[in-house]
Amino acid sequence: MHPAPSVILFTSLSGLGFGLLFFLGLGMPASTGLVAFVFYAIAYAFAVGGLIFSTFHLGHPERALKAFTQWRSSWLSREAWLAVMALCVSGLGAIAQIFFETRIDAISYLGAALSMATVFSTAMIYRQLATIPRWHTPWTPVLFLGYSFAGGALFAGQVSLAMPALCVLAALQVVAWMQGDRALADSGTNLATATGLGDRGSVRAFEPPHTGTNYLLKEFVYVVGRKHAAKLRIIALILFAGTPVLLLALEFNHILALLAVIAHIAGVITSRWLFFAQAEHVVGLYYGKR
Amino acid sequence: MKDQPYVDTSPKVSDEIRKTTCYMCACRCGINVHLKDGKVAYIEGNRDHPVNKGVLCAKGSAGIMQVTAPSRLRAPLKRVGERGSGQFEEISWEEALGIATDWLGPLREKSPEKLAFFTGRDQSQSFTGYWAQMFGTPNFAAHGGFCSVNMATAGIYTMGGAFWEFGQPDWDHTKLFMLFGVAEDHDSNPIKMGISKIKERGARVIGVNPIRTGYNAVADEWVGITPGTDGRFILSLIYCLIEAGKIDLTYLARFTNAPVLLDPETGLFLRDDNGKPLIVDRTSGDVVAFDHQGAEPDLRGSHNGATSVFTKMIEHFLSSENAPEAVADLCGISAKRIRALAAELAHVAFDQEIRLPQKWMDFRGNTYDEMIGRPVSIHAMRGISAHGNGFQTCRALHTLQIILGAVETPGSFRFKPPYPKPSEIHPKPHAKATPNAPLNGPHLGFVHGPEDLLLDDAGNPQRIDKAFTWENPMSAHGLMHMVISNAHAGNPYKIDTLFMYMANMSWNSSMNTNSVMDMLTDKDENGEYVIPRIIYSDAYSSEMVAYADLILPDTTYLERHDCISLLDRPICEADAAADAIRWPVIEPDRDVRGFQSVLVDLGARLGLPGFVNEDGSAKYADYADYMINHERKPGIGPLAGWRSEDDTGRGPVNPEQIDRYIENGGVWIKHVPENAGYFKPWNTDYQDWAVETGLYDSPQPYLFQLYVEPLQKFNNAANGIGDLQPPENMRDQLKRVMSPLPIWYPTATVENEDDYPLHALTQRPMAMYHSWGSQNAWLRQIHGMNPMYLPTKVMQEQGLVDGDWAKISSPNGEITVPVAEMAALNENTIWTWNAIGKRRGAWALDPEAPEANKGFLLNHLISELLPPKGDGLRWSNSDPITGQAAWFDLRVRVEKTSPPKGTQPQFDTLTSPVGQGPKTIKQSSKGTS
Amino acid sequence: MTCLPSSTDKKLGLVIDLDTCVGCHACVVSCKGWNTENYGAPLADQDAYGENPLGTFLNRVHSYEVQPEDSPAQLIHFPKSCLHCDDAPCVTVCPTGASYKRTEDGIVLVNETDCIGCGLCAWACPYGARELDGEEKVMKKCTLCVDRIYNENLPEEDRVPACVRTCPAGARHFGDLGDPDSDVSKLVADRGGFDLMPEMNTKPVNKYLPPRLKDQLDPERNETHALEAQAENPQGFFAWLDRTLEKL
Ligand SMILES: Nc1nc2c(c(=O)[nH]1)N[C@H]1C(S)=C(S)[C@@H](COP(=O)(O)OP(=O)(O)OC[C@H]3O[C@@H](n4cnc5c(=O)[nH]c(N)nc54)[C@H](O)[C@@H]3O)O[C@H]1N2
Ligand SMILES: Nc1nc2c(c(=O)[nH]1)N[C@H]1C(S)=C(S)[C@@H](COP(=O)(O)OP(=O)(O)OC[C@H]3O[C@@H](n4cnc5c(=O)[nH]c(N)nc54)[C@H](O)[C@@H]3O)O[C@H]1N2
Ligand code: SF4
Ligand code: SF4
Ligand code: SF4
Ligand code: SF4
Ligand code: SF4
Ligand SMILES: [Mo]
Repeated sequence: MHPAPSVILFTSLSGLGFGLLFFLGLGMPASTGLVAFVFYAIAYAFAVGGLIFSTFHLGHPERALKAFTQWRSSWLSREAWLAVMALCVSGLGAIAQIFFETRIDAISYLGAALSMATVFSTAMIYRQLATIPRWHTPWTPVLFLGYSFAGGALFAGQVSLAMPALCVLAALQVVAWMQGDRALADSGTNLATATGLGDRGSVRAFEPPHTGTNYLLKEFVYVVGRKHAAKLRIIALILFAGTPVLLLALEFNHILALLAVIAHIAGVITSRWLFFAQAEHVVGLYYGKR
Repeated sequence: MKDQPYVDTSPKVSDEIRKTTCYMCACRCGINVHLKDGKVAYIEGNRDHPVNKGVLCAKGSAGIMQVTAPSRLRAPLKRVGERGSGQFEEISWEEALGIATDWLGPLREKSPEKLAFFTGRDQSQSFTGYWAQMFGTPNFAAHGGFCSVNMATAGIYTMGGAFWEFGQPDWDHTKLFMLFGVAEDHDSNPIKMGISKIKERGARVIGVNPIRTGYNAVADEWVGITPGTDGRFILSLIYCLIEAGKIDLTYLARFTNAPVLLDPETGLFLRDDNGKPLIVDRTSGDVVAFDHQGAEPDLRGSHNGATSVFTKMIEHFLSSENAPEAVADLCGISAKRIRALAAELAHVAFDQEIRLPQKWMDFRGNTYDEMIGRPVSIHAMRGISAHGNGFQTCRALHTLQIILGAVETPGSFRFKPPYPKPSEIHPKPHAKATPNAPLNGPHLGFVHGPEDLLLDDAGNPQRIDKAFTWENPMSAHGLMHMVISNAHAGNPYKIDTLFMYMANMSWNSSMNTNSVMDMLTDKDENGEYVIPRIIYSDAYSSEMVAYADLILPDTTYLERHDCISLLDRPICEADAAADAIRWPVIEPDRDVRGFQSVLVDLGARLGLPGFVNEDGSAKYADYADYMINHERKPGIGPLAGWRSEDDTGRGPVNPEQIDRYIENGGVWIKHVPENAGYFKPWNTDYQDWAVETGLYDSPQPYLFQLYVEPLQKFNNAANGIGDLQPPENMRDQLKRVMSPLPIWYPTATVENEDDYPLHALTQRPMAMYHSWGSQNAWLRQIHGMNPMYLPTKVMQEQGLVDGDWAKISSPNGEITVPVAEMAALNENTIWTWNAIGKRRGAWALDPEAPEANKGFLLNHLISELLPPKGDGLRWSNSDPITGQAAWFDLRVRVEKTSPPKGTQPQFDTLTSPVGQGPKTIKQSSKGTS
Repeated sequence: MTCLPSSTDKKLGLVIDLDTCVGCHACVVSCKGWNTENYGAPLADQDAYGENPLGTFLNRVHSYEVQPEDSPAQLIHFPKSCLHCDDAPCVTVCPTGASYKRTEDGIVLVNETDCIGCGLCAWACPYGARELDGEEKVMKKCTLCVDRIYNENLPEEDRVPACVRTCPAGARHFGDLGDPDSDVSKLVADRGGFDLMPEMNTKPVNKYLPPRLKDQLDPERNETHALEAQAENPQGFFAWLDRTLEKL
């Protein structure tokens, strides 16, 4: 898949934002007043910022409201609803905490749940696509939730939770990558089923339908070199898990914490870039590009 | 659930439909042009048209982008920079026509031959030829000499009609369709429709082609032959059929010259006092003229030592060198498979014969209760034609058809009117130029012996292209590919003005493109161009435009009148005579004029007979006026339709003729009566119908010429017989190739085949027409670049994978190009799509367009001359009988190379006289831009 | 709307005959021509005369090489447009309801005024049948020529998709695949029509007819007709001929 910056930023940032909201909703840390304001501001900046990035991907952002109509069938539509609900409900909780220095548990917990549900629905947009075997697995929501959870913990300063979460996440990610590399081959979809000609002999793409390019090739046929991908995976691991864990293991200090967060964000973006760039859409089979 | 959105399922389609004829290739389908607000909105096929019956190909459907192409020329152009640079200034038509008249007028006064007028795939040859004849220059031809003249002449000399545009399989009845060397053909839509129709019936297709794409991809059997060896393969099929006695003896006896008696001394026909060939009548045993009423010709007849053609044929074809086992390696087809193919042909022709309950009478007065058909149909095109042995290969193929009884019989191959037409009733070529007078007759025609060659008293060629000389005696279409080289060399003489029309001669139309560009720009010691003046008519900013001094910009095909006439290359079907027009369905938005109208005007300015009245005034206002009022013979004009009450095809001028055509969708059709539909060369009902329609002046029954006597006359001359003798250096070649019965000979174009082990070919892409397609924003997305396809074996040997680059060399040069693998390919053959490569700056494309950077021409590797053989002569890369350019004899070598910046060679960027096309298009009457 | 109808009255679709498609691209261009003028926004072309031309097409013709085990490689031309799937994932993913499947005939359409151009439907389509228009930024796809097949301004025989009308090789058939007695259904039954990527469970309405068996006339692999030699040399032939002519 074409690794569009808008989608990478959207999923990475909103995932972190909702992760932080989740912890704030759980009262971890339990803060009020200015401290709460700062935490919520960061959470909203990421969550809303991410959502804003997502509209850059739309051909007609002015019609974005129409995306709320199909919640019965469309995960994208559900995500839109859940995001708005999560933001509103958490917002109520935040107002209570910041301005009234009180915490309304029911609202805060609901906000937390909605935040994770939003991340889940985002993941489901990708998980549901049978056309992209690498995504079409439970690993997708697990990882999206994992990133959101671990990142949220880190942002929320829940060091004792964040450290193991990041380690588990790193392990999950490595397994998911290994599974993902086999996903297309294991999916049972190949040029033989794509053309229905497999029973005749081995099928090979000959001439493409056009020598010019098209939307499909630009959007779906993106190839990352094996070596390049391996390097990026290591970098991603070092950034989103290795560095933060190492830094947090050192003595606590705000500068180190900031560095840990920055490294984590960079790592998440790298890993998300890979998530898109390495995803093979089956349509590439028709073009002999798989 | 919400209601579904409202969809208007019955929108208005257009304001108006105008019906005319497509021009994107020579198939000439009928089109419905939908107009909205006076603009072309959509083009579809005309269901009532005999050619395409509603279907339309990619090019035809993309016509709208041809009419709006930014590459269209806008006004007459006068060269201001150096030739070849592309620098011009726009001038008025008055000035342009004034210049042309000033250049041409004095030539006509003194030496009309100093004008060479050559046209490309001209669809108005009977008109342009007439103009040149009235001008008085012998130097006229269209593109046939480099296209498929082998096919046309071999067909006409052998059976009075050819595959090339003049015949078609009997799609309704055929059971086996065999296709030799065809990628697309001129009959593009009909072949596709035909294949589909016969497959639906369960009939089968055999494709003989080194490359398995297109028609050959859908063929049930693929024979991946080695290029240039079809002749041998066909002779081997003939061998198998004769060996097994699977030949149509009755057909051979009655309708061919197999029973004709041969003079044992000269190898010429025994003839009676009227010049009619003689046969032995089996019933009476008498020697009589071939058309003797009631005679039953004897295949084994003999008389005073003279034996029949048939006897000679059997000896000729049963030679052991034609045995499958002897030819298998050469052709790349196993002997078993050759035998199986021959058996299949025999099986379908004889075990599955068709009988149509249709009475008919032949020219000897014999009557038949039914029409017996041999449902094997064969079609062939440039794959066998564009070789140096193409004429004889085509002859062999026709012989195969004829011995099966599979020409003009139900289920086989059928002629389209105005064919059949034996070679004898075609004109002979003429070349006598007289100052201020028309030429002594039509330029092109059929020679019947050395006496018909166009040589002056000193034995020098009379035509600039050296057509109809000992080097290529039967060059019935001229040799367009030799004009520029000969004019540049001043051999046989110098010319003054080269006038060309719709031929991209500095690019894809030429062999040796590189040196042609040099010849066009070369200057003599006085600093004058060696070819002093070049006038060119194109509709678009092609590569050739840059090489002209004066450009006469044509309209596009929807903006002018055209005439698709029975006098030259009509659109007939086997069942009908038909002709058609184009008419201005839209008006040009630029200062351009239809070229034919410009010629009419120029003819009047030059005072050419036929173009001026007695008082010197212009005879025709424009081409439309000519189409209606010109008469070749009384009652016969460019258009046959609506000339008389009963609409026979002959008759007086009808001033409303064009209106009638427009009302009828741009086309006129006259059906062949049912009893005249088959056996046309011998069928009295057909002969009478053809006379009535104006195709003949009197009935012309004839025999198929398995043995071609004119070839024997040239052979005799080469052997010292007769007054007219070839130059000594030509004797060997003539002896070798001028065989009256079909032969195969190798076309050695390189000294050592190990140096150049591979054959290199081009194919027509179905969605592109030569160079025109690239200016079309839709089509160029389909074919914007071309790789060289290499067989798997070569890819592996060279360690190549798709997308790598290779250097391809021939004795003439080298090119560097991207490669791709193909398994369904003869293992000694490489190929690419034809004419995708473009020169930077041409066609209003971005100079960095993929056509220039990743596309390429094979033409740089092909030469019009063969490499020197050490005999001090430069032999031409043409068929020695017809002069047909041997495009497909090219041999090459492949070497892997690192990717260069782009395909090589590259040439300077041309200055575009029309700028560059816009970035984005939303071609819609609804849309903007 | 993005829920799929539980059933449709008809299942209109195309049947593509891979045995006769010669890969001419006629259907590609006539589709482009018709749909540029008709339903929805025109199909735009970017960099039309430039280095990297990119246009919207609703139908494209691929080609594949198939190497059977014991016979020469074959080339198969392969047209592909929207298959109007019964279980169309492109419809259910659409967040706006712009993509929908018509209840009356099963045609999958995009209501362009509702489309936000998110591209998700194209992601969900396994067949590459949807292209986002570079100018209008809305999703384009084969409409099955919904504005032709019922169009009362067209003569009745022309009420078929543009690509079907134009195909010179008769390789495209249009009809109701929900009706077992329709010509297209019979064709599919007779010729063993198949689905593309059946494992995707999209239940395409369009079907493909397989190429017929090829290269059977090869004595190395099959029994073929054999000719019986009557003569080995001209003399023998003439002897045979004299006998035969006697009988004529
Ligand atoms: N779409 C489209 N249609 C066209 C044209 C076009 O440019 N585009 N051009 C028109 C013109 S001008 C012409 S002349 C006709 C030509 O029509 P075709 O004759 O069909 O043209 P080519 O593409 O030259 O095809 C030659 C075929 O012969 C094969 N071949 C080459 N050498 C041999 C050989 O030795 N033996 C055999 N058996 N096969 C061989 C090649 O593989 C190729 O398939 O097409 C006309 N129609
Ligand atoms: N390598 C290789 N080369 C080949 C062949 C091959 O098989 N292989 N085939 C050869 C054959 S058979 C042929 S026929 C030639 C064809 O080659 P060309 O005849 O050169 O064909 P085009 O490129 O179509 O060029 C014709 C010119 O006509 C112009 N034109 C188009 N429409 C109009 C119009 O309405 N009016 C006027 N006045 N001009 C117009 C075009 O712009 C173009 O410049 O190519 C030959 N060259
Ligand atoms: S075959 Fe195509 S380009 Fe040629 S005349 Fe017909 S529609 Fe036009
Ligand atoms: S082919 Fe693709 S676009 Fe068409 S209905 Fe099926 S999934 Fe949707
Ligand atoms: S691009 Fe348009 S039609 Fe496709 S899913 Fe998005 S809104 Fe729906
Ligand atoms: S049915 Fe209409 S929209 Fe669909 S591919 Fe054919 S022409 Fe294009
Ligand atoms: S028009 Fe017909 S033959 Fe041509 S590519 Fe399309 S389906 Fe195939
Ligand atoms: Mo040609």
